[in-house]
Amino acid sequence: MSFLAAATPTTTWYLILAAVLFGIGAVGVLVRRNPLVMFMCIELMLNAVNLSFVALAKKMGDIGGQTTVFFVMVVAAAEVVVGLGIIVSIMRRRPGATADDISALKG
Amino acid sequence: MELVVFVLAAAMILVGAVGVIVRSNPVHAALSLILTLFGVAVMFVAQNAHFLAAVQVIVYAGAIVVLFLFVIMLLGVDRSEDLSSEPFEVQRPLAAIVGLGVIGLVVAAVVSSRDAITVRGTGLNVADTVGDGDTNIKQLARSVFGDYVVAFEVTSVLLVVAVVGTVLLTRRVKGSGKDS
Repeated sequence: MSFLAAATPTTTWYLILAAVLFGIGAVGVLVRRNPLVMFMCIELMLNAVNLSFVALAKKMGDIGGQTTVFFVMVVAAAEVVVGLGIIVSIMRRRPGATADDISALKG
Repeated sequence: MELVVFVLAAAMILVGAVGVIVRSNPVHAALSLILTLFGVAVMFVAQNAHFLAAVQVIVYAGAIVVLFLFVIMLLGVDRSEDLSSEPFEVQRPLAAIVGLGVIGLVVAAVVSSRDAITVRGTGLNVADTVGDGDTNIKQLARSVFGDYVVAFEVTSVLLVVAVVGTVLLTRRVKGSGKDS
């Protein structure tokens, strides 16, 4: 197991992992049509950004990164509440609606 | 040891993230999301963000995913959808190109600027095994209730607005029929 002890993950590893997570979330938003799953993919992207904030806070020795993550979490919670409220009211009117059906809102 | 933790948590995060976008049943997607969120919480602990790891598990995995599951059950969309048909054929290749492009650009930026990240703060107070273990919480509290106290107060207004707005959005107006 000595070769495992030799390599320790650096900040770059965490940032690359966050980039991959963000990319997966972005692909999910572009591909999926169920508005609930699109919301989950937005959560994936928010978590990727949080991860890079925390990694940089450790690397730069600044607690401000963790404070930002704290506020991002609060805003994400508020965003999920409002978004799910909108989805519930759309689905109540048109059961089984996908993101394509909402284009009927265009004027 | 650190490497083992990183590899295991990264595997949790990536498996969960791919699960969210490929599972056809929204309930399975929500459960995959929990796997990803727990992996991110492990990463937070590995990066000395102990308080945020606890908040991640309680708020994200506890509250937000439960809210998702509630809405899925409330709307009755807990059945598999057909992912094989794609009404707009070039959408998936285009999405893959965009996703790989985003990943490639960010990875290139990170790798090329990895020596440009310099220490600029006074350092994180790492929880000490011999001293008190909550130095991270104290340091974060000084930052939130000291430097960023105005933003913290604005956050409370945001939460009230979100709650009131959601109640208004989902309220059924009396007398105007079932579906309004």
